[in-house]
Amino acid sequence: MNISYRWLQALRPDLTLSPVETAEVLALRGAPVEEILPASSGLQGLVVGRVEEVHGHPDADRLWVCRVDVGDAGETKPLQVVCGAPNVRSGGLYPFAPVGAVLPGGLEVGRASIRGVESQGMLCSEAELDLGPDAAGLLELEGEPEPGTTLARALGLDDWLLDVEVTANRGDLLSHLGVARELPPPGEDAGARGVDVSAEPGEEPLPAIPGATSFRPTLETDGEEVSSEGVRIRIQDPDLCSRYLGAVIRGVTVGPSPAWLANRLRAAGARPINNVVDATNYVLLELGQPLHAFDLDRLEESTVVVRRARQGEPLRTLDGEDRSLTSEMLAICDASRPVAIAGVMGGEDSEVSDETTDLLLECALFEPKSVRATRSALGMSTDASYRFERGVDPAGMERALTRAVEIIQATGGGTPEDVVLDVCPGPWQGLRVPLRPSRVEAVLGVAMGPVELEELLSPMGFRVLGSEGDTLDVSVPGFRSYDVRREVDLIEEVARSYGFDRFPEDLGAFRPGTVPDDSLFRLEDELRDLLVGEGLLEAQVAPFAPDREGEVALSNPVNVEEGFLRTRLLPGLFRRAEFNFARGIRNIRLFTLGTVFFRGAPGELPREEIRLGLILTGDRHPLHWADESPKADLWDVKGFLELLLFGARLGEATIQEGAPKEATGGQIVPGRGFSVTDGDGRLVGWGGEVDEGVVDAPAWADPLFGVELILPDPPPAPPTPLFEEPPAFPGVDRDLALLIPGDLPARKVEQVIRGAAGPLLVDLLVFDLYEGKGVPTGMRSVAFRLRYQSRERTLTDRAVDDSVVAVMDRLREELGVKPRE
Amino acid sequence: MTGNETLIDILKSLEAEALQALEAAREPGELENLRIRYLGRKEGRISGVLRRLGELPPEDRPAAGAEANRVKKSVQAALEARKKALEEGGGEEALEGGGLDLSLPGRRSWHGARHPVTQVIDEIWDIFRSLGFTRARGPEAETEWYNFVALNTPLDHPAADEQDTLYLRDSFLLRTHTSPVQIRTMERYPPPVRIIVPGMVYRRDTPDATHTPAFQQIEGLAVDEGITFVDFKATLAEFARRFWGPGTRVRFRPSFFPFTEPSAEVDVKRVITRADGSVTETDWVEIMGAGMVDPAVLENAGYDAERYTGFAFGMGPARIAALKFGIPDIRAFFENDIRFLRQFSGDPRLLNPSVST
Repeated sequence: MNISYRWLQALRPDLTLSPVETAEVLALRGAPVEEILPASSGLQGLVVGRVEEVHGHPDADRLWVCRVDVGDAGETKPLQVVCGAPNVRSGGLYPFAPVGAVLPGGLEVGRASIRGVESQGMLCSEAELDLGPDAAGLLELEGEPEPGTTLARALGLDDWLLDVEVTANRGDLLSHLGVARELPPPGEDAGARGVDVSAEPGEEPLPAIPGATSFRPTLETDGEEVSSEGVRIRIQDPDLCSRYLGAVIRGVTVGPSPAWLANRLRAAGARPINNVVDATNYVLLELGQPLHAFDLDRLEESTVVVRRARQGEPLRTLDGEDRSLTSEMLAICDASRPVAIAGVMGGEDSEVSDETTDLLLECALFEPKSVRATRSALGMSTDASYRFERGVDPAGMERALTRAVEIIQATGGGTPEDVVLDVCPGPWQGLRVPLRPSRVEAVLGVAMGPVELEELLSPMGFRVLGSEGDTLDVSVPGFRSYDVRREVDLIEEVARSYGFDRFPEDLGAFRPGTVPDDSLFRLEDELRDLLVGEGLLEAQVAPFAPDREGEVALSNPVNVEEGFLRTRLLPGLFRRAEFNFARGIRNIRLFTLGTVFFRGAPGELPREEIRLGLILTGDRHPLHWADESPKADLWDVKGFLELLLFGARLGEATIQEGAPKEATGGQIVPGRGFSVTDGDGRLVGWGGEVDEGVVDAPAWADPLFGVELILPDPPPAPPTPLFEEPPAFPGVDRDLALLIPGDLPARKVEQVIRGAAGPLLVDLLVFDLYEGKGVPTGMRSVAFRLRYQSRERTLTDRAVDDSVVAVMDRLREELGVKPRE
Repeated sequence: MTGNETLIDILKSLEAEALQALEAAREPGELENLRIRYLGRKEGRISGVLRRLGELPPEDRPAAGAEANRVKKSVQAALEARKKALEEGGGEEALEGGGLDLSLPGRRSWHGARHPVTQVIDEIWDIFRSLGFTRARGPEAETEWYNFVALNTPLDHPAADEQDTLYLRDSFLLRTHTSPVQIRTMERYPPPVRIIVPGMVYRRDTPDATHTPAFQQIEGLAVDEGITFVDFKATLAEFARRFWGPGTRVRFRPSFFPFTEPSAEVDVKRVITRADGSVTETDWVEIMGAGMVDPAVLENAGYDAERYTGFAFGMGPARIAALKFGIPDIRAFFENDIRFLRQFSGDPRLLNPSVST
């Protein structure tokens, strides 16, 4: 909401706060000011110029050479300016842009020679200064300002524009009066106590309208239909319009607004249009009540019917758009057709124009949800709809209407009818909300008695009407009747009035909650520790994915290229690898924890899984002068899977050779992948070498490896280690170099060894693998180290030899495997 | 800063400078020059400082004088030691340990790091854990009921506009905040509840320096009998002072959220101590939205709103991380540039992004 500081001052003559201080106070009352701008920000360097003489240009029919007095602002006195405006006249006062000034449109005024005559600056039109639409001639300045006066001052724009952020509940702050009500009286501690609007809410004094005579109409009221002097108003759908006031003014002259009105609107960031529209906009900005002026002659049978539109009824709105209305939208109609969309925008045909003489001025109250639904169905939002959606003061309507009539009469003459038509199916009854001091204390933690509560509430327009037992009966002013409807809403007002900063901050005792700490968060923490310890960096990847990678579609994606939710983490990490490759980074070790989404059962939410993904490429260790520099390879992948089996509490899970295509999306090189299945045989992870075609990698990049794991949800408790006495007797190692056919998995050999070796075998590991010279083609030499150990005695060579012989016999019998000679 | 401290600081830096220069000296001649420069009676810099003792107020003089004598002795001793070393060994560092060049760098592993936003979440969680909170989680795809309606935000109210929602099919949506977990948790567990909810949330925002369509949020909720606005302020002020330091000022500004009442924005003003010891305060920075839980929310979750009260809050750890680490553009959090992530490994040598990768 754009608030003019001078307008606030006009509403609150007692205001002593500077614009900056005003902003600070508003912030502490829940309406922070985003920025403070000088209202004349586009008019720097511009001054008032008085044309003293006008001569025709010697070489051009439509140009004039003027002598212009610009006070102290010119280098010489007076200046010579060439001008093409038809309305320039001797003695006229106009905006003057000296050489070097920059106009709002970005044009820098230079010293120019126009058809051989030097021009030392520029006289400006309204349009050139972005102050209004008129480009036909120079802007004539009113009020006899001295030449050389800054233009901002001459236009009443020596003001500040406060951009006030208004929360969705506070429709009442969408007006200067509403903001003025929030400001404290002079001398009060800004943050602490409320405003002192001593007048009854809705009756605060308003700034005088120059030249206005007071308008005191008689209301002709009915719940359904009112006629007077040939004008008829009827509400057919009272559920969407609780009141419609119509004032008739005849014989009005429509034309430009006087300077005070135009300047006031400009200062609040609005553009003047004509005196009638400006009067309605003035009231909207001052009091928050949207009004609409119809050209009465354009309303068939001088009739207004407030009804739902018929499906498909057409209306060309003020913005020139042809709209098709629906039966859910409330329309303002004449005897036959819609002439406005209620609370949103008027129609072009009944718009006030220069020819208009008789007006019907509408001041109505429309149902907020209906206005919201209508304007969003039409894809538009207007100053009026914005306010109706958030609630317009039901108690402020008559004042708003009479004020608009007074302004129109003062600026355009004409005669208002004495009778204002008032169709009122849902009169404002007032709103009363009970308030218990005991509840105030229970919520706020500070005891406050009835007297103190009344003192806190009444400056904000609330009145304590009485009490029953301990309960206060509080009336709510109309302008707060949308957001203060319950006891807790009043309690918030009490807290705001008391001042949030005045509440103590004593940390009291608390009881522990019943909610256990989520075990999946703990597992995620453990995995982060584990992988960070392994030298991996944690990445964060948003779950948006192209359609081929997702099952669940977004209806309104930010980026249509990523219109789905991911079903796997690795593709997102691959893109991160590409990002780093593109920056010349070759050693990439990333992991991420995140959610993937699958189509849910019909009518159910998507199914979610929390997963862990990691990618590796480049050097296994940072380069070191003493070492060779191995690259990450498939055994790193398998090592991570082995590490994560217990790290991710997949205790019963096993690793198999081969990664199923359905899970990996075919992104793992065949024959270079692994899969992990849990105790129930469910696939819970996979990993391997990433296919070259998947990642856009530069030629220098090393192979890329990836692992993805589904985390158990909820994770099983980690196993509790049970103490075992370390063996007291030494162990014995035996190394076996075995010749194994290339197609026989080492795991089979390992199983046979374990089965044959007997209980004394406590450990078994592969410590070497050799192919090549000395080993027959198609065979591999695999070296196993067997560790034997007993808890009862020191082992004899004999006992170990017996076991090794048994192992070799079984290997030969079952697998045909022999020792390497 | 008093004049006394300044003099003592000057003495300390003179000492450091002198010791370094002595260590670097290779010849006895250099040593003599250094002796004159630092310890000389007329032009020596330490003597120079001693002469300025008179400028100090009388009560400060003894401390400064003592320091000056200590520094003089220390430099003297170092000078003697260096003289001796140069006479004995020629000053060159020998390869010790049988010809091994021990100046070569050691063998290191890759440095891992938690994501900077995770680090901030960890820090926030640590504080709330010590204040009796546990962590809860909920789904990221949600219903309109949990994301809006149960949180006292009717879909036809303008407040629903403020969170531009990413919708899925069947009126399902990606949660716009972690607040749905308030309802889900209260449905499942009886009071008292004291939880925080870290998690990813989604808004239909075009990415820019301060917006990403996916971002982390941390929700908090405390509900019990007798919880008041005073507890609310106290808990969050305690959090802010533990997170940003004990001198931090905390401000509660009235605001509006449909699911809390009274609602507040919480601002902090941090105290920053510069390297030169000077102290400044930052501007007010908004760090979270919060308030007393609206009774409608408690009722929607099946709690007795007359008996139980509580407070709730939500903050953006990415925004806080950006403030804390001085990151100008939060899109960096999702780019995952290795050189960026490594800066958060805790190893100061990795702070320089030009280190080879």
